[in-house]
Amino acid sequence: MLLAVSHSFLQEYWWFLVSLLASLLVFLLFVQGGQSFIFTLASNEGEKTMIINAMGRKWEFTFTTLVTFGGAFFASFPLFYATSFGGAYWVWMAILFSFVIQAIAYEYRSKPSNVLGKKTFEIFLLINGALSPLLIGIAVGTFFTGANFSLNEMNMGKWDNPWHGLEAVLNLRNIALGVTVLFLARLLGLMYIINTIDDDELLGKAREKTLINLIPFLIGFLYFVVSLLLSKGFAVDPGNGEIFMEKGKYMHNFLEMPLLLIMFLAGTLLVLFSLYRTLFTDHTDPIWYSGFGTVLVVLSLFLIAGYNNTSFYPSLTDMQSSLTIRNASSSLFTLKTMMFISFIIPLVIGYIWYAWRAINRKRIDKEEISGEGHLY
Amino acid sequence: MIENIDLSLVDWSRAQFALTAIYHWLFVPLTLGLSFILVIMETKYVRTGSEKWKKTTKFWMKLFGINFAIGVSTGLILEFEFGTNWSNYSWFVGDIFGAPLAVEGIMAFFLESTFIAVMFFGWDKVSKRFHLASTWLVAIGANLSALWILVANAWMENPVGMIFNPDTARNEMISFWEVLFNPVAMDKFLHTITSGFVLASLFVTGISAWFLIRNREKEMALKSIKVAAIFGTFASVVLIYTGDTSSRTIARAQPVKFAAMEALYEGKTNAGLTVFGILTDKAEQGDLDEKNIIAQIEIPGFLSVMTNGDRDSFVAGIKDLVYGNEEKGIMSASEKIERGKTARKLLLEYKDARQRGDNAEVDKLKTRFEDNNFQEEYFRYFGYSYINNPADIIPNVPLVFYSFHVMVALGFLFLLIQVLAWVFATNGSIVRRKVFQWILLISIPLPYLASVLGWLVTEMGRQPWIIQDRMPVGIAVSSLSTSTVQTTFWLFAALFTALLVAEVSIMTRQIKNGPKIEEE
Repeated sequence: MLLAVSHSFLQEYWWFLVSLLASLLVFLLFVQGGQSFIFTLASNEGEKTMIINAMGRKWEFTFTTLVTFGGAFFASFPLFYATSFGGAYWVWMAILFSFVIQAIAYEYRSKPSNVLGKKTFEIFLLINGALSPLLIGIAVGTFFTGANFSLNEMNMGKWDNPWHGLEAVLNLRNIALGVTVLFLARLLGLMYIINTIDDDELLGKAREKTLINLIPFLIGFLYFVVSLLLSKGFAVDPGNGEIFMEKGKYMHNFLEMPLLLIMFLAGTLLVLFSLYRTLFTDHTDPIWYSGFGTVLVVLSLFLIAGYNNTSFYPSLTDMQSSLTIRNASSSLFTLKTMMFISFIIPLVIGYIWYAWRAINRKRIDKEEISGEGHLY
Repeated sequence: MIENIDLSLVDWSRAQFALTAIYHWLFVPLTLGLSFILVIMETKYVRTGSEKWKKTTKFWMKLFGINFAIGVSTGLILEFEFGTNWSNYSWFVGDIFGAPLAVEGIMAFFLESTFIAVMFFGWDKVSKRFHLASTWLVAIGANLSALWILVANAWMENPVGMIFNPDTARNEMISFWEVLFNPVAMDKFLHTITSGFVLASLFVTGISAWFLIRNREKEMALKSIKVAAIFGTFASVVLIYTGDTSSRTIARAQPVKFAAMEALYEGKTNAGLTVFGILTDKAEQGDLDEKNIIAQIEIPGFLSVMTNGDRDSFVAGIKDLVYGNEEKGIMSASEKIERGKTARKLLLEYKDARQRGDNAEVDKLKTRFEDNNFQEEYFRYFGYSYINNPADIIPNVPLVFYSFHVMVALGFLFLLIQVLAWVFATNGSIVRRKVFQWILLISIPLPYLASVLGWLVTEMGRQPWIIQDRMPVGIAVSSLSTSTVQTTFWLFAALFTALLVAEVSIMTRQIKNGPKIEEE
């Protein structure tokens, strides 16, 4: 039965997996969100070290998810990989640059003779913490608002302006999504601090900061969602593959795929519930509600961008060059081969969960960071 | 397709990729080898319960962590640069090339990143055996990731298991097993990881020798040298063996590169293996009419034996491969250029017929593309249609020749050093052999040099191809302005250099601090 799966099923299967990786990536941006607080939440060196060590034990997951997201996109939708990465060069390069400085900042920050000084590496963490969620949000915004490229008859892409992706910051809806992702990451970061660090003073400050960061998050999220649902979208005629504009396309997608609408609403409610739990109770577990909610919301948004005859990477230059999960995917053989490989994903999730619990069993406290163990 | 290639853009894109790859490769081999040395040391700790083995393991683990972080950062850029700087390539072969990268992420990176956290932070949080298992899984994950990226790299040199689809204008995979078990991939994987093992062994023996020279941490140093030297000796043997088998696969898949490695201009039977040689200036200019080796020591007949297992067999030289050799059945580059042009013309006709909606013509032309004979006899030379001059298929011979020979010489030297270290550490005489301690110390940079030279042979030797015979580097590049790539090149050059300086400084300081076992 598995050998008989159709190309269109596999295209949808792989769009689902890529979307799942994207949604997990957004959840894991709590690491970046936490980093963005190292100068404002911590009032002394000990608190700063606790925050950095809490985040530092998870930075590899965000990093690996980003790399796997790139690899999976390359394998399953190579035309997107070629068109977007080669075209929106500056946006992707800025994102990558910010991740490069993150990886070494953790390991080198507290080591003696690190040449650049402790403060420099902390600034690296701050830059990565603020810039990468913002830019990732803006880049993903173009999945709905479009980008300035065209393809020739050999499917080779050309960007039609010298800004190579930077022009995306001029679109209000892209900015709204960028702001949403940035402040969501910050809220998730605060919740992770509450979950992982055993320090009443720090936790009290984290709860206070939650309220302040909630406002820009809600404004960005509401603006993005309302404008998305009311806007025109890039639809595909399944008969001939022609792209055309459809009013309320994304709202139609939600209505025609009610499961996604339920996912979106349930995810939103879970995030709001986690915020309530953070602000009005002493529980340390809101990160799990918001994490699950984030995955549901981001997954549903990615799925309405690609499913139901929608272009997931519309072209503003030449509408017929727009990418869909049909015209941008790998061949039937490659997608099928990759499907068999994807069956190990539950095993991967299983051992991540096991190792995560093993490391997080004991919360980080002042005693631990003054010990002799491996410290960031 | 792309008729106006901006050569400065191509050069800067190549420079940026080379910069990232070279920096990345400065750190990866140590990770590959040191992870297994950690496994051996920690196993000793778990089996003996000795705190000294635990401290020794933790000391080397600290150096591993410093090195690992910078390797990961540079690796991230490398993966995405296929898309950012080589977007035409990414589409032309993404259907095949993307798969190993995705598998690498799913299968290897998560394994590595999950258990590295346990390895560093789990000493007091998980059981001894779980911790040891985590260290094992980090080593396996690191080396698995090398497998997949090398499978992808080997495919570029020996493209197998695919067919060209004129509708999508790309190559598509038809056999995953052929891609995975590509003979070039298997040799490359074993040769590359064992080079990492040898580098890590020499790193450990070198640093340990420093402790002996300074009369510090003698017990730790001696134990470390023993572990590393035994590991390194076995790795060196496999390294030399796989170097030999790699040469044979290169001779078949990339004959021009092979001829350049030996600076073999005239093909011959009973060909001798050049042990040492000096090339003339003419060789640098790609002059095929001169005798380009002015001084040479060779082992008669050995190259024929190595290549084909037969002293009387013929080994093709650069001239045979450029001008052809009818007697030996070698096609000239000019003929390949003509065949490539025929394939490209047919593709353009196909696209034109599609655009006109001429279905009869589309069906007729498609039949030709589906014909195995056309794929093997014409389309496999598609990349030649972009080559203007037959001599353009010759890489920089002196660079490839010297890099190859210095690398090989160093490989044998490493085996000698490791065997001596093993013997002297076992009989305990290494503690008083000051000269040998210094040899071990100054040997630390040599495997780094050999490793980079190996990659120069691989990547410079395959020029002008990004995919052997199918796609030259020039047309694979993204449509960007040269100044854009220049800007990112200098940004990354400055950043990577600053990070390298920081890494070396931190590493040196941590080594000077030592594991502090003796103080207790």
